This record gives sequence, structure tokens and C-alpha cells, in this order.
Amino acid sequence: MSNINLPFHDICAIILILGGLFFFFTSTVGLLRFPDLYTRMHATGKGDTLAVLLIISGAILHHGLNLDSAKLLLISVFISIANPTGTHAIGRAAYRCGIKPWLKKDVSKVK
Amino acid sequence: MLTQIYKNLIVQTVCRIIIPFIQIYALYVIAHGHYSPGGGFQGGVILAAALALIFLAYGQDAAVRRLNRHQAVILCAIGVFIYAGIGLLCLLAGGNFLDYSRLAPILGVTIPRARSLGILGVEIGVGLAVMSAMYSIIIDVAGKSTIAAPRDFVQLPKTKRDNVGPAA
Repeated sequence: MSNINLPFHDICAIILILGGLFFFFTSTVGLLRFPDLYTRMHATGKGDTLAVLLIISGAILHHGLNLDSAKLLLISVFISIANPTGTHAIGRAAYRCGIKPWLKKDVSKVK
Repeated sequence: MLTQIYKNLIVQTVCRIIIPFIQIYALYVIAHGHYSPGGGFQGGVILAAALALIFLAYGQDAAVRRLNRHQAVILCAIGVFIYAGIGLLCLLAGGNFLDYSRLAPILGVTIPRARSLGILGVEIGVGLAVMSAMYSIIIDVAGKSTIAAPRDFVQLPKTKRDNVGPAA
């Protein structure tokens, strides 16, 4: 085990990609376990964006500076613009359609 | 039915920023079809997606002002004409249908160059046809109907489900 010596940027890439996988996992768990649309969107909208950005930055670190990593950088810029906008549009449309947010049962009884 | 338009500043601003990049990316996919994954069909669909984004964010009127349904159908026919015309040109030059190597003496270039140019021309035709066909499908499916209902059209009674939709 001791004769494995990865270069420093590869270690950083592995850490970033593992972090990305962790956030993908948590957002998937949130998507499956949360009770209604708004909370599910809250989980996936932020978690997926962060996970994709982490994985792309890990791939850039692994690949070094060339044309492919420039393309990856462009992809990450557009994802970071478009993904929150899509989440915003879906949430707004759901609110306009009159979907009620989830409340705890005792809270609705008090109301 | 997208009859009502809500002005959403965030979505409209992001669409205004991002639509030119989508279109440039679509042209890149069309032009690099013979080197990398992609081609006329995929690039045409991405172009149609940019138009659909205008349709969704700014409403049907804004999209139709840029490209109306009539123009889209004409563009579709032009795309098919480019494709079939290049194929028939090869046929007239003495080869098989879409045998680009016969175009080399006409264009005055070497045979591999002629094949590359022929594929590029065919993909531009396919991209035009796919973009305009997709766009006219989007207008037909999601747009306000511009055609009057036929005379024997039976109006179904309104149910509660018809009232589901954006609250005024």
C-alpha cells in the first residue's frame, strides 16, 4: 500500500468526485424520502447542481489544462446558470397551480 | 394550453442570455457531425429547443414573430430539398444516390474533401428540416389554436378537471 503515490492533483480530483457522488446520493435520498414537491425540489435543485459542479471540477483537475477542460468549464458555467433557473420555474409553476406545501399534521390541526 | 403568459423576470433574463449559446452549440453540433457525435438531426433538435425556450419564456406571440408556422413549413421543405438535391446531383454526375465522390470534379477539389463537403451540405439540409418540423410540431401541440373548430365539433361539457391550471 505504501508504494502508491498519486500526484497531488489526482488526489484532489478523487476527493472532489467523491464529494460530488456524496451530494448526488443525498439529493437522491431527498427525492425519494421527502413528502411533497417543494421539499423534493429543495433537495434535488441544490444538491444536483453542486454535485455536477464538483464532479466537473474533479474531471478538470484530472485532465489538466487543454481544450477539453475548457469545454468542461463552459458546461459547468451553463449548468450553474440553467439548473437553478429551471428549479425556480418549476417551483413557481407548481405554486401557481395551487399545490399546497406539506405541513405536519398537528400544525394543520392547530390551524 | 399556454394561453396565459406570466412575466417571469428570472426566466426571461436567463433565456435571453443562454439562447445565443444554445444556437451556437447547435451549429457546432451540425458542423462537427462527421468528426464527433452529433449531426444534422441532433443539431436541428437543439435549434428547435432554443425556439421552444423562446416559446415558453416569452409566449407564443414572441416566438411566432421570429418564425411563424408558414415559414417553418417552407424551411422544412427547403431542408428536404437540399438533402435530396445533393443526392440527385451525385446521381446526375454518374454515381449512386449520395455518392459524394462524384461531386469532386464539379466542386474542383479532391475526392476526400468532396465527401466531407457533401456530408456537411446534407447535414445542413437535415438540420433545417428537423428544426422547422420540430418547431411546427411544438406550435401545433402547445400553441393557441388558430384554426376554427369544424362545424360538427361537439363541445364537451366542462368538468372540474378543466379548471385545474394557473390561478388568475
